[in-house]
Amino acid sequence: MYDANKIIPGLVIFVGLMTVPIWSAMGRVVPPPKPKLDTPVIRELAEKKCVEGKEFMKSSHMQFLITWRDEALRKGKRVYINSRGQKYYVSLQNTCMKCHSNKKEFCDRCHNYAGVEDPYCWECHLAPRDAKGNEL
Amino acid sequence: MSMDRREFIKIAGISALLGITGKGAFELLRPGDLDAFEGQEGGAGLRKEDLPKIRWGMTIDVKKCDGQVVQKVRGVCDYLHNIPHFNNKKDEVKWIWGDTYEHAFADGANEYIDDAIKELPFLLLCNHCDHPPCVRVCPTRATFKRPDGIVAMDYHRCIGCRFCMAACPFGSRSFNWRDPREGLKGRKLNPEFPTRMRGVVEKCNFCVERIDKGQIPACAEAAPEVMTFGNLADPNSNIRQVLRVRTSLRRKIELGTEPFVFYLV
Repeated sequence: MYDANKIIPGLVIFVGLMTVPIWSAMGRVVPPPKPKLDTPVIRELAEKKCVEGKEFMKSSHMQFLITWRDEALRKGKRVYINSRGQKYYVSLQNTCMKCHSNKKEFCDRCHNYAGVEDPYCWECHLAPRDAKGNEL
Repeated sequence: MSMDRREFIKIAGISALLGITGKGAFELLRPGDLDAFEGQEGGAGLRKEDLPKIRWGMTIDVKKCDGQVVQKVRGVCDYLHNIPHFNNKKDEVKWIWGDTYEHAFADGANEYIDDAIKELPFLLLCNHCDHPPCVRVCPTRATFKRPDGIVAMDYHRCIGCRFCMAACPFGSRSFNWRDPREGLKGRKLNPEFPTRMRGVVEKCNFCVERIDKGQIPACAEAAPEVMTFGNLADPNSNIRQVLRVRTSLRRKIELGTEPFVFYLV
């Protein structure tokens, strides 16, 4: 190989630089996110249960929300009956966010951890605000 | 591999021929496939029991409409749907608005009509047509006709191509050239309704979110003496009774879109 004395160190430097994110994070422990469930509305719930079970919501809330969206918007079905037989009004802004009014401590914590920082819900949907009008 | 010119042209010709007449091209040009989606009901073989039981429509009494009503109705709608305000006409977003007689009835404007009518403001909004051209041209089916006749929008799917704006003969659609949140700054937002984002088309939705809860559109609620909202599929409904006793006009009926907003004169 011609110029091996330049190419090989060059390659080593290149690979080193490209993998900076991997080896710089090695050994560092990132604590798993703890989404906060402490909001005024949740505190007052007699039975602290989401629309569907916790594990299901954890793993499948994205598909679930898309189903809600299509059913409400395209089919006009705005009442959802869950597996426990309870009725819910289908709305991200008016149902989900009424309980989970702490977007930054609930939604954003996991989304940031998982690297899905901005599901673009909030470019249109209004995030809950406090009395002063600041986003929560 | 060496290739002379003759050989190259032969291969290129055969490839082009395959490209044009290949299976994919054939299927794409098959009749019907290029026709866009047009509502739930098909033309042929429609039976009476298949006809919708609900067909929403609206009447607007032009003689009772004045600048104040237009302003009131627009204010209610703008708040309820978080419609942005921009000072620039080009960026304007409107769901319901007032316009002149000549603009409302550009086709059949009658210069000898009573001056009192000529000077009235006309409330214009999406006509929720029976054959909505906007729905026909939408490449993503972001806009569609519900079985109850409402021409609705799914903003999640709108790609902002503005075909629907070109297709709508009533100018009922607005494009968000700018971030709508800019045009909402300093105003009280309705926390129950989303805004839109830059790059989507929006229009009147006949307050579908209220209708699904059993309420009537906010404009008809704010100006009940001017507007009547009701089910045209029901012969005994309020709106059918109004239309029975009053003469009504519809905008641009010669285009065959079958508008469902009736102007009482």
